[in-house]
Amino acid sequence: MSNIILQVENLRTSFFTRRGEVKAVDGVSFYVREGETFGIVGESGCGKTVTGLSLLRLLPEPGGRIVGGKIILEGTNLMELSKKAMRTYRGKMISMILQDPMTSLNPVYPIGDQIAESVRLHQGLPDNMVEQEVISALRLLRIPSPEMILRQYPFQLSGGMRQRVVGAIAMSCHPRVLIADEPTTALDATIQAQYMALFKDVQQKTNVAIIFITHDFGVIANMCHRVAVMYAGKIVETAPTREIFNAPRHPYTSALINSVPRLDRKDDRLYSIEGQPPSLMNLPAGCRFAPRCSVVQEICREQEPPEVDIGNGHSVSCWKVK
Amino acid sequence: MADVLLEGRDLKKHYPVTRGFLQRTIGWVRAVDGVSFTIERGKTLSLVGESGAGKTTTAKAVLLLERLTSGSILFEGKDVYQFSQSQLKLEYRPRVQAVQQNPWSSMNPKMRVRDIIGEPLVVNTKQSKSQIRSRVLELLEQVGLMSDAGERYPHEFSGGQRQRIAVARALALNPSLVVLDEPVSALDVSIRAQIMNLLKDLQAQYNLSYLVIAHNLATVRYMSHSVAIMYLGQIVEYGEAEELFEKPLHPYTRALISASQLTIPEDGTQGAKQIILSGEMPSPLNPPEGCRFHTRCAESGESCSKDVPELKLIGQHWVRCNHYK
Repeated sequence: MSNIILQVENLRTSFFTRRGEVKAVDGVSFYVREGETFGIVGESGCGKTVTGLSLLRLLPEPGGRIVGGKIILEGTNLMELSKKAMRTYRGKMISMILQDPMTSLNPVYPIGDQIAESVRLHQGLPDNMVEQEVISALRLLRIPSPEMILRQYPFQLSGGMRQRVVGAIAMSCHPRVLIADEPTTALDATIQAQYMALFKDVQQKTNVAIIFITHDFGVIANMCHRVAVMYAGKIVETAPTREIFNAPRHPYTSALINSVPRLDRKDDRLYSIEGQPPSLMNLPAGCRFAPRCSVVQEICREQEPPEVDIGNGHSVSCWKVK
Repeated sequence: MADVLLEGRDLKKHYPVTRGFLQRTIGWVRAVDGVSFTIERGKTLSLVGESGAGKTTTAKAVLLLERLTSGSILFEGKDVYQFSQSQLKLEYRPRVQAVQQNPWSSMNPKMRVRDIIGEPLVVNTKQSKSQIRSRVLELLEQVGLMSDAGERYPHEFSGGQRQRIAVARALALNPSLVVLDEPVSALDVSIRAQIMNLLKDLQAQYNLSYLVIAHNLATVRYMSHSVAIMYLGQIVEYGEAEELFEKPLHPYTRALISASQLTIPEDGTQGAKQIILSGEMPSPLNPPEGCRFHTRCAESGESCSKDVPELKLIGQHWVRCNHYK
């Protein structure tokens, strides 16, 4: 098995608002290996995007702050770096693709300049070499006729092409870890399939570790080796992808999987989870899923369940699992 | 014979593309180009396709929010375009209602929920205030909201609850047909099932017909009785939902199904073989000659770039492809 490249330990990120502290990420731990795709799945507001932004230390200021935990990238704890030193890591060692390619590109610069920006910053190459690097980044993402495309503006490209350009920017400095936050959500189904195939290819060529943040189980099944399911700021279950689908142990995971309609069979009635996720400012005592759980016990409402390792890289936080 | 509520016949909507000071027309975007379908009473028809396929334009035409270039819409056998303004107001518009995609932008944030739900009644009927109030309470209960919800404002509700309010508003006038434009795509995964189940229950209870616009095939399979797959302004495959998903004929349908299939990885390797289409949907301003899909089709032959395929009945469903004779 390949090396662990990124290890996150007990990460806690909060937003401090006038109405109080919002614990968006509350004690999240996971690791990612080289060349592996690790999925983080959950509903909106469960903290998956904030987890991604925390890894880059790119939280919105003021308000957002990492209040605890370690982010160890190849032996370096990113939390101990100065802001200046962090800047040499960001983009070079660890980079990110955002959801919407319409808003993550600057509309008034040609895309070549936007890719060159990070190449210049991190690699300090002379101008003629920069263009070569830009072209090779575009080639990696299989963008046709890169010499021409790099002089075009974002509005001249389709959504799928634009998202490839965003991918090229993220990959331009050969990062070791790539965080992809819902990169396919804004794309059409067939374009989405193209993009995912492309990413598998990029991963094979570069051995980059990918953290794939999504709410879509289809994407998880297709892309990820291992998955973490998040609910209200915590990881409730981590397992290899196949186990998550075939033998989910946390009631939230199985409820979520059952509530997604399937294309390969006719469902008469979908299972639906009653209620909605709790407010992060006013969390229930004990297990956070308890108010919506169908197999809730007395203890669930009183104490938070510990994380139990049940073997095979599968761990669950639930009182039902021993 | 099936009980047909609404029929679209050869609908076409072409938008002019203009250029220059004099706004000369230099071309036409054929957003919808010869689409026909029927919606039966108490049944659901879904229009599926990627962005630019023309599904929203078709839905807007049914809602009479867009005037068609040509074609006709028959509602209970009568041509809607022959209706007078007062006939439309009394006999068509109240009976065809809509639920929008995004519940965060489809309501006036300054209105109380009871006024939002009651507005269609104020506009279209002469009911008294107390009648409207009791009808609103009834609607709130039907969509699974507490009766005190009426006094509150939209921002106090979550996305799923807001979508329930939008459904209540659409049902206020006892419509026969509800156009649902991506009714669950803006909602969270665990909430989608709640809303889809609610829509199905209401359909069974009131014998409602739905015209669903969606891009998520699994959602469509769960919701629909019949399905039309659209590509570049045309229907490429059309039939009963079960039949179409079990035996897809058109290469585009097969690619779409493959792209949305949940393939659980076996023995630690990643997903099964998928059909991956090359390229992107061409511009509707200048659609390809012959079969409109041939530029991306893995199975396209020589004739596909020349011969325009017709919609043909193959077995139980309609398909527009040169491979089927």
